[in-house]
Amino acid sequence: MSHSTKGARGIGAHSTNEKIARGLGWFSIGLGIAELFATRPLTRAIGLEGKETIVRAYGAREIATGVAILMSHDPTPWIWGRVGGDALDLATLATGLEGNAGRRTNLGLAMAAVTGVTMLDLAVARGLTAEKSLADEPVADYSDRTGFPRGIEASRGAARDLDVPADFRIPGPLRPYGT
Amino acid sequence: MKALVWRGTQDIRCETVPDPEIEDARDVVIKVTSCAICGSDLHLYDHFMPGMKSGDIMGHETMGEVVEVGSAAKSKLKVGDRIVVPFTIICGECDQCRRGNFSVCERSNRNKPLGDAAFGHTTAGLFGYTHLTGGYAGGQAEYLREPFSDATHIKVPQGIDDDKLLFLTDIFPTGWQAAVQCDIQPTDTVVNWGCGPVGQMAIRSAILLGAKRVIAIDRVPERLAMAEAGGAEVINYDEEPNIVARLNDMTDGKGPEKCIDSVGLEAHATGAVDAIYDRVQQATLMATDRIHVLRQMIMVCRPAGVLSIPGVYGGIADKFPIGALMNKGLTVRTGQTHVNRWTDDLLRRIEEGQIDPSFVITHTVGLEDGPEMYKTFRDKQDGCIKVVIKP
Ligand SMILES: NC(=O)c1ccc[n+]([C@@H]2O[C@H](COP(=O)([O-])OP(=O)(O)OC[C@H]3O[C@@H](n4cnc5c(N)ncnc54)[C@H](O)[C@@H]3O)[C@@H](O)[C@H]2O)c1
Ligand SMILES: [Zn+2]
Ligand SMILES: [Zn+2]
Repeated sequence: MSHSTKGARGIGAHSTNEKIARGLGWFSIGLGIAELFATRPLTRAIGLEGKETIVRAYGAREIATGVAILMSHDPTPWIWGRVGGDALDLATLATGLEGNAGRRTNLGLAMAAVTGVTMLDLAVARGLTAEKSLADEPVADYSDRTGFPRGIEASRGAARDLDVPADFRIPGPLRPYGT
Repeated sequence: MKALVWRGTQDIRCETVPDPEIEDARDVVIKVTSCAICGSDLHLYDHFMPGMKSGDIMGHETMGEVVEVGSAAKSKLKVGDRIVVPFTIICGECDQCRRGNFSVCERSNRNKPLGDAAFGHTTAGLFGYTHLTGGYAGGQAEYLREPFSDATHIKVPQGIDDDKLLFLTDIFPTGWQAAVQCDIQPTDTVVNWGCGPVGQMAIRSAILLGAKRVIAIDRVPERLAMAEAGGAEVINYDEEPNIVARLNDMTDGKGPEKCIDSVGLEAHATGAVDAIYDRVQQATLMATDRIHVLRQMIMVCRPAGVLSIPGVYGGIADKFPIGALMNKGLTVRTGQTHVNRWTDDLLRRIEEGQIDPSFVITHTVGLEDGPEMYKTFRDKQDGCIKVVIKP
């Protein structure tokens, strides 16, 4: 792992984003296999008949990206590649929007799914980028920033006098804990 | 005047724009003495919230001095008054305002049809926060026009530093409402996700309101250190893959009574590979990582507990564990903050020394350094937790 020597916030072996990136890699491969080998049922379900060739090409793209993510030392550029691929998927799905109502529902769900994956791809890509730039930063010391000028103990419970507005209060009978 | 202007995704610039003027009899114009960058601004910077236009002025945490007063505001404000501007614009007269539900004022969003379309019914107008909520110019600028100013202001005394008062605009009442919504009992364990500025205020508020225990979750070491200074036990989610199990362990297997989401729609997924395999199965389709925190809260919260959600969400979420939410009888309270509902009381608590919200400020800069600070704050570099701008 090329970055694993960096600090606690570096893109080391423990990085959550990196773990998810790996998940996305396997996901790319799974989706790619479906697009390549179950093309017909897929296109029929979402009203994209006639677009089998495109869908198969996308399948190949997914598998290639997935393999690249899993093999690479730094998955960041490949995850950004996925973001581009998601945009293509969405555009293709959008061309099927004129179909019949049932298909439109399936298509809507498919688009929602791709949108969801796009968000995840984006978040991971941005996360990986940010993590890299966070590495090796010195950490400031805020251990004296209590916010309580007279100390925590003086302020603990100081606002118990607050008359919690009725609309924010838990009704007595539904208040199972303590008081 | 100079102002921070939104030009596109991750493109905010300090530009010269026309000075604001009185447009309505209820307006005032203030000379801004301090303003701040908020986590909510990051959703615009990263463009996760729709509804921005190039040229919009940013900023909703602003205070300053009144320099011009519209005729209908003269009974409440005069030139020279020192005011803090709540981020929610309120008319003070509609059904919701009269109930104190200021953030859902029915009249202050001048783009009501957009608000209706986005949320079913419009919510209040907000400063510097998209055209869905009125497209009002924000206060990261030298001057700010304040609509409905006779209702939308908090008058503050001279002689207290801006830094102690500025956060009455938003994050202090937001953290406070997040905790008050929990109706905290002396036996309660309160868990707060996210130790940004809102989370820091929520932690202090839970302490003030007398929680037995406060637990805070984040992964940025200096934010965790600040949370600890404020009285929280902390968990670094980068080092703890199973947050739910850890919280159950800490609460005798029963879970915390009260959970606060101070993260919002840009939550990082923590070990959410499961969510991805879900999509492969094609079943219920995909979950974005965005409600990752909400899922953890719903699963870990003790039955009959409360989920308080100050974190901002903009759209639609997937894989929402409605079954756990319903069967456990959880109470959900959320919303943009009803700022003016709390500020008189909070101002008193600041004056009495129960709390000094300026503890959260890590960076103070001029307007021209604002664009750079957006990036520093977003990327949590240089120990950045809260940026104050002095125009
Ligand atoms: N309801 C309101 O009226 C209101 C007002 C102000 C801000 N907000 C919202 O509150 C939220 C927080 O604002 P802020 O200024 O503190 O922002 P911030 O971005 O500085 O803080 C968010 C924190 O959450 C942490 N985080 C991310 N993913 C996490 C996860 N999975 N678990 C635990 N922590 C995680 C981040 O590391 C960061 O420290 C934003 O969504 C903002 O829009 C709401
Ligand atoms: Zn804010
Ligand atoms: Zn109103």
